[in-house]
Amino acid sequence: MSPNEPMIMSTANLPSASPAAGKPVGHQGKLRAVNLNFFYGAYQALHDITLDVPANKITALIGPSGCGKSTFLRTLNRISETIRNTRVEGQVLLDGEDVMQVDVTLLRRRVGMVFQKSNPFPKSIFDNVAYGLKVNGFRGSLKDAVEHSLKRAALWEEVKDKLQKSAYALSGGQQQRLCIARALAVDPEVLLLDEPCSALDPIATAKIEDLLFTLKDQCTIVIVTHNMQQAARVADGTGFFLLGKLIEYNTTEIIFKNPARQETEDYITGRFG
Amino acid sequence: MTLRNRWRKTLSYCMLSLTGVCAVVAVSLLFLILGILVYNGWRSLDWNFFTKLPKPPGENGGGMVNAIVGSLEIVLLATMMGLPVGFMAGVYLSEFGGKTFGFLVRYMADLLNGVPSIVIGIFVWTVVVTRFHFSAIAGGVALALILIPITARSTEQFMSSVPQTLREGALALGASKWKTIATVVVPAAYRGIATGMILGVARISGETAPLLFTSLNNQFWGGGLTDQTASLPVMVYSHALSPYDDWHRQAWAAGLVLLLGVLLANVAARLILSRGIALQK
Repeated sequence: MSPNEPMIMSTANLPSASPAAGKPVGHQGKLRAVNLNFFYGAYQALHDITLDVPANKITALIGPSGCGKSTFLRTLNRISETIRNTRVEGQVLLDGEDVMQVDVTLLRRRVGMVFQKSNPFPKSIFDNVAYGLKVNGFRGSLKDAVEHSLKRAALWEEVKDKLQKSAYALSGGQQQRLCIARALAVDPEVLLLDEPCSALDPIATAKIEDLLFTLKDQCTIVIVTHNMQQAARVADGTGFFLLGKLIEYNTTEIIFKNPARQETEDYITGRFG
Repeated sequence: MTLRNRWRKTLSYCMLSLTGVCAVVAVSLLFLILGILVYNGWRSLDWNFFTKLPKPPGENGGGMVNAIVGSLEIVLLATMMGLPVGFMAGVYLSEFGGKTFGFLVRYMADLLNGVPSIVIGIFVWTVVVTRFHFSAIAGGVALALILIPITARSTEQFMSSVPQTLREGALALGASKWKTIATVVVPAAYRGIATGMILGVARISGETAPLLFTSLNNQFWGGGLTDQTASLPVMVYSHALSPYDDWHRQAWAAGLVLLLGVLLANVAARLILSRGIALQK
């Protein structure tokens, strides 16, 4: 997608409702998984996932616990490698380039991540946001960069007077937005969010959802969520995972209103299991 | 039924009293030791004790300044050798240790921890002293051997207790593994690590047996690090075994100084740790 092209349809880059789940259509995918398999030791957690994440869109991954959606997300920035005795087969392509060929620290700088449980470092608010800049050898005004990131994460007004206070002094929702600010500070092209609101109350959740809308002009977002209403509210495209397989992937509207697969409909309507 | 109940209550009461008495015994031992040391030693704790050399047998007075300085020297040497090695080994165990090799290192460290200190003394005597000389360095080596496994295991423990999510948070920002450890994991655990180190140093400060074979003792200022060197624990040993009343008095004083030093280090370590926990919440 060229930057000048107006974003008229929210589904412009999403695959059409083809019966074959998740087959990449077109070539604009920012991030693309091709025949991805993932193993924890002998246990296969992901089966042959092929999925195209369009640029500057929000893509939601839904499915029951243990269905592999978080595992899938973690293979995208290779953070899955921190767990011993795991193995990946297949490819993940970032702008057409195999992520295994990219230096892992550079990859993670381009593909940021926010975790389920907010995990601020035991440092000051300022140092939390500045951390990614410092380790990446940022030259320039840290102060301005931190302020900019906190503003993007809609946290600036709440913390501007206590930047030197410990990050642990913030509330749960603020901590999670701090983690988003921290991830945004290095200006990632893709932002992966692993159930970012699962521990938050509805008000904090709404703040983060609003935030996602404002962010998608600047980056591509993939969000794993347990909350189907959340997927329906924020996502342009939605993928449904079940037992390590991508069952169906389409525009959010089609997934929620007219899914092609029975399993998807059962899960969406709560008849699952 | 009531008889049975009464029997139950009596038994419960007896057991409660027994555990209470044992708890009091356990706690009061420390105060008993401290009390006896203070009672016998405090009169000898004068300015001379900290500034004068020991007097020859038969002459009253004098002090143990050479043993105080010697102890500091030996412990400092051991700290400089033992802490970096133990710390790095602990980091390795916590962050890099593979399943088999990690297990092996951990197990060996625990075994080394259990080796009687006198055996370590004999070992260093064979390896270092027989080739060179009784020296402060040899004493430092012996104490370092005791310090390494203690530091390694405590460092590993505190680093392992840092949540994995913090490591992932740093890695996800493009930090290398080494950067993550140095800038997130170690800072998050440093209070615990420092506490473990202080306790380890306190532990070796009181060791006597390894020094008997290595730094030996000295009634005078020695000739530097390569000469035999006086230390407080060995002074306590030699003076307590001597037939002179004045030396006994000095031995008590030396024991008191040693114990106060170790107690102080312990209290400092606890304070650091508890403050750290309070801050993190």
